[in-house]
Amino acid sequence: MSAVAVDGVWKFYGDFPALRDVRLEVPPGSCLALIGRNGAGKTTLLRIVAGFSRPGRGQVRIFGNPPRETETRRQVGFIGHGISVYDELSALENLTLFGRLYGLANPRRSALEWLERTGLERVRNGLVREFSRGMRQRLAVARAFLHEPSVLLLDEPFTALDDRAVAVLQTLLRDALAKGKTIVMSTHQLREALELASHVALLNRGQVAFYGPRTPEMVADPGLVYARYSEG
Amino acid sequence: MGFFRQVFVIAVKDLRAEIRTKEAINASFAFALVILLLFSFAFDPSAETTREISGGLLWIVFAFAGALVLNRSFARELPNDCLDALIAAPISGAALFLGKALANFLLVSAVELVSLPVFGIFYNVRWTSQFWELMLVLALGTWALTVIGTIFSALTVNIRLREVMLPMLTYPILVPALLGAMQLTTDLVAGRPIGPDTAAWLKMLIGFDVVYTAVSLVLVETVLVG
Repeated sequence: MSAVAVDGVWKFYGDFPALRDVRLEVPPGSCLALIGRNGAGKTTLLRIVAGFSRPGRGQVRIFGNPPRETETRRQVGFIGHGISVYDELSALENLTLFGRLYGLANPRRSALEWLERTGLERVRNGLVREFSRGMRQRLAVARAFLHEPSVLLLDEPFTALDDRAVAVLQTLLRDALAKGKTIVMSTHQLREALELASHVALLNRGQVAFYGPRTPEMVADPGLVYARYSEG
Repeated sequence: MGFFRQVFVIAVKDLRAEIRTKEAINASFAFALVILLLFSFAFDPSAETTREISGGLLWIVFAFAGALVLNRSFARELPNDCLDALIAAPISGAALFLGKALANFLLVSAVELVSLPVFGIFYNVRWTSQFWELMLVLALGTWALTVIGTIFSALTVNIRLREVMLPMLTYPILVPALLGAMQLTTDLVAGRPIGPDTAAWLKMLIGFDVVYTAVSLVLVETVLVG
């Protein structure tokens, strides 16, 4: 069974088809780099896979189940364009809140553990609105990983991260892959993404222009997929 | 985590955030007090006239002051895309909705409980003679306001003119509940208990709350995810 299966998904904004018959199968334990130019439909696709939006046609399955099922949501971690943590709560309060919402046995202990892993334990009681951008990004990473999801959906996760946050995220993603978790990430940072990826999908104007395993040539020349398959 | 625990977690989160920022509650308090003050200067009514308009006056104040609280309900999730994190969490849309409605109910009730003594002082009215019945009507009317306001806050959260749209959408639907609450409040402030001739308004208010709470719980998932 695929970890993530996208079957003939269309999405319309008015009459405009943002996604056109997208089909992808992401095997468990793999890392899919979802690449494409701005407006290609990467974020739209990730939001549909995460269950934030419903497809106009087609369907998405995560381990065989619809993304909006409660048990499916428990298995998914998402990092989007926003950090999805509350400015007016402390780092510890934010993570404890999400730990409770995800039904963790000991939300506070999990929160403290992830604050330590992301290097935020010293500022655990500080309000997020007082954090630097890098600290906020690390907290967002901690929030997404807090409930040990089986599938990680990451929308341009390396964008606007400072060096430390990039290092933290890369370490966590490698650990996640080593534990057999599945990652789908959209990105413009081809080099970082292709180093981690086992598969690559190129979206072009809402369609899958290329989907296949990542090859050593792609790592050596990150622009290769664009050069071969992208239409201008 | 059980459904009611989820509701409680969401409500506490919203209340904590509001208590820290005081974005909505300060504006709502100030608005309610200013309107009560201005009306008392503008009309200088006698005690008898005041009793006759008390229900209308109070519920106009509560409805408009409440809109300031309700506008923030889902809008507070927009910075940092926090709404995505809530939608992604394994909690039902109904729990999310009820948690927010409960937090809004407590905030709007706080505004009302401060406004009532101010109303009594400015208008020289003894409003406590039917205290518990008045509290019941306030609770029912406020729940109607917050249920409708919260579901429309979710519906309008991504609209640019949501501050304008929310009152425009909620007040027409609230008309029956506001009519009932106004009528009952007028009688109770005047010292008349709820009797056979006004019980129908109370039943209508209860029915409104039950029906619109049920409808909102059914619709909220569609409203949030589409």
